[in-house]
Amino acid sequence: MNRWTQWMTAGLAGLFLGMGLILSGMANPAKVVGFLDVAGPWDPSLGLVMGGGLVVGSVGFALLKKKPTTLLGEPLNLPSSRKIDFRLIVGSVLFGIGWGITGICPGPGLVLLGAGIPEGVIYVVSLLAGMTLYSAIEKLRHRS
Amino acid sequence: MSIDWQAFTLYAGLAALIGGAIIGLSAVWLAWANGRIAGISGILGHLIELVVQQKREPYGWRVAFLLGLIGAPVIWRIFADMPVTVQQTDLTGLLVGGLLVGIGTRYANGCTSGHGICGLSRFSLRSLVAVCSFMGSAIVTVYVLRHVLGLSA
Repeated sequence: MNRWTQWMTAGLAGLFLGMGLILSGMANPAKVVGFLDVAGPWDPSLGLVMGGGLVVGSVGFALLKKKPTTLLGEPLNLPSSRKIDFRLIVGSVLFGIGWGITGICPGPGLVLLGAGIPEGVIYVVSLLAGMTLYSAIEKLRHRS
Repeated sequence: MSIDWQAFTLYAGLAALIGGAIIGLSAVWLAWANGRIAGISGILGHLIELVVQQKREPYGWRVAFLLGLIGAPVIWRIFADMPVTVQQTDLTGLLVGGLLVGIGTRYANGCTSGHGICGLSRFSLRSLVAVCSFMGSAIVTVYVLRHVLGLSA
Protein backbone atom coordinates (compact mmCIF):
# COMPACT_ATOMS: atom_id res chain seq x y z
CA MET A 1 0.00 0.00 0.00
CA ASN A 2 0.99 3.63 -0.37
CA ARG A 3 0.83 4.21 3.36
CA TRP A 4 4.24 5.85 3.47
CA THR A 5 3.25 8.25 0.72
CA GLN A 6 0.12 9.18 2.68
CA TRP A 7 2.19 9.89 5.77
CA MET A 8 4.63 11.97 3.76
CA THR A 9 1.98 14.12 2.07
CA ALA A 10 0.24 14.67 5.41
CA GLY A 11 3.54 15.53 7.11
CA LEU A 12 4.31 18.07 4.39
CA ALA A 13 0.86 19.63 4.84
CA GLY A 14 1.49 20.01 8.57
CA LEU A 15 4.95 21.45 7.98
CA PHE A 16 3.70 24.06 5.51
CA LEU A 17 0.75 24.95 7.71
CA GLY A 18 3.17 25.54 10.59
CA MET A 19 5.42 27.71 8.40
CA GLY A 20 2.37 29.71 7.32
CA LEU A 21 1.34 30.21 10.95
CA ILE A 22 4.83 31.42 11.92
CA LEU A 23 5.21 33.75 8.91
CA SER A 24 1.72 35.21 9.23
CA GLY A 25 2.12 36.14 12.90
CA MET A 26 -0.65 33.76 14.02
CA ALA A 27 1.84 31.94 16.25
CA ASN A 28 2.31 35.14 18.26
CA PRO A 29 -0.50 35.47 20.86
CA ALA A 30 0.06 39.26 21.05
CA LYS A 31 -0.78 39.59 17.34
CA VAL A 32 -3.95 37.51 17.74
CA VAL A 33 -5.17 39.47 20.76
CA GLY A 34 -4.22 42.70 18.93
CA PHE A 35 -6.76 41.68 16.28
CA LEU A 36 -9.43 40.60 18.77
CA ASP A 37 -9.09 43.81 20.80
CA VAL A 38 -11.28 46.01 18.63
CA ALA A 39 -11.60 48.65 21.37
CA GLY A 40 -7.85 49.18 21.77
CA PRO A 41 -5.24 50.01 19.13
CA TRP A 42 -6.34 47.53 16.49
CA ASP A 43 -4.00 45.28 14.47
CA PRO A 44 -5.84 44.09 11.31
CA SER A 45 -3.11 41.52 10.39
CA LEU A 46 -5.20 38.47 11.26
CA GLY A 47 -7.88 39.61 8.83
CA LEU A 48 -5.27 39.48 6.06
CA VAL A 49 -4.26 35.95 7.14
CA MET A 50 -7.88 34.86 6.80
CA GLY A 51 -8.18 36.76 3.51
CA GLY A 52 -5.07 35.16 2.00
CA GLY A 53 -6.13 31.73 3.23
CA LEU A 54 -9.67 32.05 1.91
CA VAL A 55 -8.68 33.28 -1.57
CA VAL A 56 -6.31 30.32 -2.07
CA GLY A 57 -8.66 27.94 -0.24
CA SER A 58 -11.83 28.78 -2.14
CA VAL A 59 -10.11 28.47 -5.54
CA GLY A 60 -8.39 25.24 -4.47
CA PHE A 61 -11.49 23.59 -3.00
CA ALA A 62 -13.55 24.64 -6.05
CA LEU A 63 -11.01 22.89 -8.32
CA LEU A 64 -11.05 19.80 -6.08
CA LYS A 65 -14.82 19.48 -6.44
CA LYS A 66 -14.28 18.20 -9.99
CA LYS A 67 -11.92 15.46 -8.86
CA PRO A 68 -13.47 12.08 -8.02
CA THR A 69 -10.45 10.79 -6.07
CA THR A 70 -7.38 12.11 -4.29
CA LEU A 71 -3.93 12.47 -5.80
CA LEU A 72 -3.16 9.04 -4.32
CA GLY A 73 -6.27 7.55 -5.93
CA GLU A 74 -8.41 7.19 -2.80
CA PRO A 75 -11.95 8.51 -2.24
CA LEU A 76 -12.19 12.02 -0.82
CA ASN A 77 -13.20 12.06 2.84
CA LEU A 78 -14.42 15.61 3.37
CA PRO A 79 -17.07 16.56 5.96
CA SER A 80 -20.57 17.02 4.61
CA SER A 81 -22.49 17.94 7.77
CA ARG A 82 -24.74 20.99 7.48
CA LYS A 83 -26.16 20.68 10.96
CA ILE A 84 -26.36 23.96 12.88
CA ASP A 85 -27.21 23.08 16.46
CA PHE A 86 -26.64 23.83 20.12
CA ARG A 87 -23.38 21.81 20.20
CA LEU A 88 -21.88 23.79 17.33
CA ILE A 89 -22.70 27.18 18.82
CA VAL A 90 -21.97 26.49 22.50
CA GLY A 91 -18.76 24.66 21.56
CA SER A 92 -17.64 27.57 19.38
CA VAL A 93 -18.46 30.11 22.09
CA LEU A 94 -16.40 28.15 24.67
CA PHE A 95 -13.54 27.90 22.17
CA GLY A 96 -13.73 31.66 21.59
CA ILE A 97 -13.48 32.40 25.33
CA GLY A 98 -10.37 30.22 25.62
CA TRP A 99 -8.92 31.78 22.46
CA GLY A 100 -9.58 35.27 23.82
CA ILE A 101 -7.89 34.52 27.16
CA THR A 102 -4.76 32.95 25.66
CA GLY A 103 -4.56 34.34 22.11
CA ILE A 104 -3.72 30.78 21.05
CA CYS A 105 -5.81 28.40 18.92
CA PRO A 106 -4.82 24.73 18.51
CA GLY A 107 -2.47 25.11 15.50
CA PRO A 108 -0.34 27.92 16.93
CA GLY A 109 -0.36 26.05 20.27
CA LEU A 110 1.42 23.12 18.63
CA VAL A 111 3.85 25.49 16.88
CA LEU A 112 4.72 27.14 20.23
CA LEU A 113 5.17 23.66 21.70
CA GLY A 114 7.53 22.72 18.86
CA ALA A 115 9.46 25.95 19.43
CA GLY A 116 10.02 24.79 23.01
CA ILE A 117 8.24 27.79 24.52
CA PRO A 118 6.88 26.87 28.01
CA GLU A 119 3.63 28.71 27.28
CA GLY A 120 3.01 26.33 24.37
CA VAL A 121 3.77 23.24 26.46
CA ILE A 122 1.31 24.27 29.20
CA TYR A 123 -1.36 25.26 26.68
CA VAL A 124 -1.12 21.98 24.73
CA VAL A 125 -1.24 19.85 27.90
CA SER A 126 -4.40 21.70 28.96
CA LEU A 127 -5.83 21.47 25.43
CA LEU A 128 -5.33 17.70 25.42
CA ALA A 129 -6.94 17.48 28.87
CA GLY A 130 -9.99 19.33 27.54
CA MET A 131 -10.26 17.01 24.56
CA THR A 132 -9.86 13.94 26.76
CA LEU A 133 -12.60 15.28 29.03
CA TYR A 134 -14.87 15.63 25.98
CA SER A 135 -14.15 12.05 24.89
CA ALA A 136 -14.76 10.73 28.40
CA ILE A 137 -18.08 12.59 28.70
CA GLU A 138 -19.21 11.37 25.28
CA LYS A 139 -18.20 7.81 26.12
CA LEU A 140 -20.28 7.90 29.33
CA ARG A 141 -23.20 9.49 27.52
CA HIS A 142 -23.27 6.75 24.88
CA ARG A 143 -22.99 3.99 27.45
CA SER A 144 -26.03 5.11 29.46
CA MET B 1 -11.42 52.27 16.45
CA SER B 2 -7.79 53.21 15.81
CA ILE B 3 -5.28 51.18 13.81
CA ASP B 4 -2.16 50.02 15.67
CA TRP B 5 0.36 51.15 13.03
CA GLN B 6 3.26 50.01 15.22
CA ALA B 7 2.10 46.41 14.95
CA PHE B 8 0.46 46.66 11.51
CA THR B 9 3.50 47.57 9.41
CA LEU B 10 3.81 47.00 5.66
CA TYR B 11 6.05 44.01 6.38
CA ALA B 12 3.57 42.56 8.91
CA GLY B 13 0.69 43.02 6.47
CA LEU B 14 2.51 41.31 3.61
CA ALA B 15 3.73 38.49 5.89
CA ALA B 16 0.14 37.99 7.10
CA LEU B 17 -1.20 37.83 3.55
CA ILE B 18 1.51 35.46 2.26
CA GLY B 19 1.40 33.36 5.43
CA GLY B 20 -2.37 33.10 5.08
CA ALA B 21 -2.00 32.00 1.45
CA ILE B 22 0.48 29.29 2.54
CA ILE B 23 -2.01 28.11 5.19
CA GLY B 24 -4.73 27.94 2.51
CA LEU B 25 -2.38 26.10 0.17
CA SER B 26 -1.50 23.47 2.77
CA ALA B 27 -5.20 22.90 3.50
CA VAL B 28 -5.92 22.39 -0.21
CA TRP B 29 -2.86 20.14 -0.48
CA LEU B 30 -4.04 17.85 2.36
CA ALA B 31 -7.52 17.64 0.80
CA TRP B 32 -6.05 16.90 -2.64
CA ALA B 33 -3.37 14.41 -1.56
CA ASN B 34 -5.09 12.70 1.38
CA GLY B 35 -8.73 13.65 0.90
CA ARG B 36 -8.80 15.08 4.42
CA ILE B 37 -9.65 18.39 6.07
CA ALA B 38 -6.72 20.19 7.73
CA GLY B 39 -8.57 20.80 10.97
CA ILE B 40 -6.11 20.74 13.83
CA SER B 41 -8.59 20.25 16.67
CA GLY B 42 -10.28 17.43 14.72
CA ILE B 43 -7.01 15.66 13.95
CA LEU B 44 -5.80 15.96 17.56
CA GLY B 45 -9.23 15.10 19.00
CA HIS B 46 -9.62 12.01 16.82
CA LEU B 47 -6.27 10.67 18.02
CA ILE B 48 -7.46 11.05 21.61
CA GLU B 49 -10.76 9.41 20.71
CA LEU B 50 -8.86 6.45 19.28
CA VAL B 51 -7.21 5.96 22.66
CA VAL B 52 -10.20 6.73 24.92
CA GLN B 53 -12.90 4.94 22.93
CA GLN B 54 -10.59 2.34 21.38
CA LYS B 55 -11.86 3.05 17.88
CA ARG B 56 -10.17 1.58 14.83
CA GLU B 57 -9.38 4.40 12.46
CA PRO B 58 -6.32 5.39 10.47
CA TYR B 59 -3.94 7.33 12.67
CA GLY B 60 -0.71 7.41 10.64
CA TRP B 61 -1.53 10.47 8.53
CA ARG B 62 -2.78 12.30 11.63
CA VAL B 63 0.45 11.66 13.53
CA ALA B 64 2.52 12.65 10.47
CA PHE B 65 0.54 15.88 10.05
CA LEU B 66 0.98 16.86 13.69
CA LEU B 67 4.70 16.03 13.61
CA GLY B 68 5.05 18.30 10.58
CA LEU B 69 3.26 21.09 12.42
CA ILE B 70 5.31 20.70 15.60
CA GLY B 71 8.48 20.40 13.51
CA ALA B 72 7.82 23.62 11.59
CA PRO B 73 9.56 25.94 14.12
CA VAL B 74 12.51 23.52 14.26
CA ILE B 75 12.97 23.66 10.47
CA TRP B 76 12.28 27.44 10.48
CA ARG B 77 15.17 28.01 12.90
CA ILE B 78 17.63 26.38 10.49
CA PHE B 79 17.03 29.26 8.09
CA ALA B 80 15.96 32.20 10.24
CA ASP B 81 15.22 33.35 13.77
CA MET B 82 11.73 32.64 15.06
CA PRO B 83 9.66 35.83 15.24
CA VAL B 84 9.23 37.05 18.83
CA THR B 85 6.07 35.82 20.55
CA VAL B 86 4.55 37.60 23.53
CA GLN B 87 2.52 35.68 26.11
CA GLN B 88 -0.89 37.22 26.85
CA THR B 89 -1.92 35.55 30.09
CA ASP B 90 -0.58 33.86 33.22
CA LEU B 91 -0.42 30.18 34.15
CA THR B 92 -4.07 30.06 35.30
CA GLY B 93 -5.16 31.72 32.06
CA LEU B 94 -3.23 29.20 29.98
CA LEU B 95 -4.71 26.26 31.89
CA VAL B 96 -8.31 27.54 31.82
CA GLY B 97 -8.00 28.79 28.22
CA GLY B 98 -6.46 25.57 26.91
CA LEU B 99 -9.15 23.50 28.62
CA LEU B 100 -11.96 25.63 27.13
CA VAL B 101 -10.41 25.44 23.66
CA GLY B 102 -10.07 21.65 23.99
CA ILE B 103 -13.69 21.05 25.04
CA GLY B 104 -15.18 23.76 22.83
CA THR B 105 -13.48 22.77 19.57
CA ARG B 106 -14.50 19.12 20.07
CA TYR B 107 -18.16 20.02 20.62
CA ALA B 108 -18.06 22.43 17.68
CA ASN B 109 -16.17 19.92 15.54
CA GLY B 110 -13.55 22.42 14.47
CA CYS B 111 -11.45 25.47 15.17
CA THR B 112 -9.84 28.30 13.22
CA SER B 113 -8.34 25.91 10.65
CA GLY B 114 -11.19 23.45 10.11
CA HIS B 115 -14.15 25.86 10.25
CA GLY B 116 -12.23 29.08 9.57
CA ILE B 117 -10.02 28.21 6.61
CA CYS B 118 -11.42 24.95 5.20
CA GLY B 119 -15.12 25.40 6.03
CA LEU B 120 -15.41 28.99 4.82
CA SER B 121 -13.42 28.12 1.67
CA ARG B 122 -16.08 25.50 0.94
CA PHE B 123 -18.85 28.03 1.60
CA SER B 124 -20.28 26.00 4.49
CA LEU B 125 -23.02 27.85 6.38
CA ARG B 126 -22.37 25.60 9.38
CA SER B 127 -18.75 26.79 9.47
CA LEU B 128 -19.81 30.42 9.05
CA VAL B 129 -22.02 30.08 12.14
CA ALA B 130 -19.11 28.51 14.04
CA VAL B 131 -16.66 31.25 12.97
CA CYS B 132 -19.09 34.05 13.92
CA SER B 133 -19.67 32.36 17.30
CA PHE B 134 -16.01 31.95 18.25
CA MET B 135 -14.89 35.29 16.78
CA GLY B 136 -17.72 37.01 18.62
CA SER B 137 -17.04 35.35 21.96
CA ALA B 138 -13.26 35.90 21.61
CA ILE B 139 -13.78 39.63 20.93
CA VAL B 140 -16.12 39.93 23.92
CA THR B 141 -13.66 37.98 26.13
CA VAL B 142 -10.75 40.27 25.20
CA TYR B 143 -12.96 43.32 25.75
CA VAL B 144 -13.99 42.14 29.22
CA LEU B 145 -10.44 41.15 30.24
CA ARG B 146 -8.77 44.31 28.97
CA HIS B 147 -11.34 47.07 29.25
CA VAL B 148 -13.72 45.95 32.00
CA LEU B 149 -11.41 44.06 34.37
CA GLY B 150 -8.44 46.16 33.29
CA LEU B 151 -6.05 43.22 32.84
CA SER B 152 -3.37 43.53 30.20
CA ALA B 153 -0.49 41.47 28.90
